[in-house]
Amino acid sequence: MARAEAEAPAIAFEAITVRFATPSGAVHTVMSDISLAIAPGTFVAIVGPSGCGKSTLLNAAAGLLFPPAGRVTVFGEPLTGINPHATYLFQADALLPWRTVLDNVKLGLVFRKVPDAEASSEARAWLRRVGLAGFEDRFPHQLSGGMRKRAAIAQAWIVGPRILLMDEPFASLDVQTRQIMENELLGLWQESKKTVLFITHDLEEAIALADRVVVLSSGPAHIKGAYDIDLPRPRDVAEIRLNPEFMALYRRIWGDLREEVMKHGIDGAGGPGHGA
Amino acid sequence: MAREPDLAVVMTRRRANRGLVLALQIGFFVASMGAWELLSRAGWLDPFFFSMPSAIFARMGEWMWSGYIWGHLATTLIEAMAAFAIGIVAGVIAGVALARIELLAAVFDPYIRVMNALPRVILAPILIIWFGLGMASKIALGVSLVFFIVFFNTFQGLREVDPIVLNNARMLQASDRQLMRHVYLPSAAAWIFSSLHTSIGFALVGAVVGEYIGSARGIGYVVAQAQGTFDTTGVFAGLILTSIVVLGIDLAIERLERYLLRWRPEA
Repeated sequence: MARAEAEAPAIAFEAITVRFATPSGAVHTVMSDISLAIAPGTFVAIVGPSGCGKSTLLNAAAGLLFPPAGRVTVFGEPLTGINPHATYLFQADALLPWRTVLDNVKLGLVFRKVPDAEASSEARAWLRRVGLAGFEDRFPHQLSGGMRKRAAIAQAWIVGPRILLMDEPFASLDVQTRQIMENELLGLWQESKKTVLFITHDLEEAIALADRVVVLSSGPAHIKGAYDIDLPRPRDVAEIRLNPEFMALYRRIWGDLREEVMKHGIDGAGGPGHGA
Repeated sequence: MAREPDLAVVMTRRRANRGLVLALQIGFFVASMGAWELLSRAGWLDPFFFSMPSAIFARMGEWMWSGYIWGHLATTLIEAMAAFAIGIVAGVIAGVALARIELLAAVFDPYIRVMNALPRVILAPILIIWFGLGMASKIALGVSLVFFIVFFNTFQGLREVDPIVLNNARMLQASDRQLMRHVYLPSAAAWIFSSLHTSIGFALVGAVVGEYIGSARGIGYVVAQAQGTFDTTGVFAGLILTSIVVLGIDLAIERLERYLLRWRPEA
């Protein structure tokens, strides 16, 4: 039994089809027949043009959205509600604005009825770990965008999820902050080896971070290709871009992606596009 | 470095503005009261209909020194506070229930519209028949006013919760009750607070109008008595006293609101 669970994919999308009825009454197919298995402990990035349904796929894995056809299994179990193994990093701010940083970080523990003293000390430890020691009593609006992301990472990580779902979490940050956050994310991930499903429209970011890059095409979405990224770890996201292998991979995947982008255009960097 | 002097200039200018505004506000008060007083004394305004500030303030002082007004003021305040408290609790409960239960909202929507469209003062006679001439009928009238304001704001506030914040809490395994406590209610707090400013005024309107129509105590009764003897000075004194009380309570609510909503970025 234990072996069977170990072999089951962390997330498996099985023939997912999503359709919406448009206001005019026509049926709009967002994605048709997507199947994808994500092995436990891997970092998988999904790239694709805007409007290709990347976020829809992520929300299906989160249990926030249930596709009308197909199903999602998590460690071999079909998903029937909110994914109990996963936390979510959103593109937009998702911290409770009326709670201090400390109260935000310990939120998941409070929901799990962990005693307050224990939750607080654990949250303090996490804030030190993400470099926010001394900011415990600030409110989210008093922090910079990068600091809010750090708090969100601590909030998502503190509950010990086996899966982390990320929807362009760093898209709203400036380039420098973004690289720092990407490296810190890789550092945290390297220690824990959690399963990560990372959505982005930035192919460079996808290759720099992930073990595997999945290219989604649009209208209706289907999987255009999947590429293993055999770049050495630990990685530095700024340095890895200069690696000749990185450039070769980039060229190969871009070749696939370009056709899609030419057809539909890509999300503007930092824009509010959710790709849904 | 270059920024600091600019900042200092901005700060002093703002302070100077505030001082100027306050001076002009006081100036306006003195000028309008002075004009009223002079026009009355000169006979341009008939003191029988318009009274004059010196008489009004003298009357207010007399009421306070003799102790005549305190009992009436206390009655009105107790009625208003009770109406305020009951109206808030009932409004929040109803707002939460209807925002959470789709069917309930659909069924009660037309009834709530009709009730809200009804001028509530018309209810006063029937409330006096039901609850008598004492405090209960005034409280009931105040509740009928406060309830709808709080209800609509709570309902709207709960509907406008940021879906991303909500989904984040759900991903962190919040139960329905925890979502209500940690996400929905704090999110609606800003709406509920803005409704409290309006509600406190209406709670007092309920009390005073109720007393005016039929009672033996309260500011509304004092004003009705003064009107019955064509005592314009008494009517004005009661009116000004009521405004001062509402202003005081409103300032207290504003301070409370500023503390409880301190998490919001300053606009």
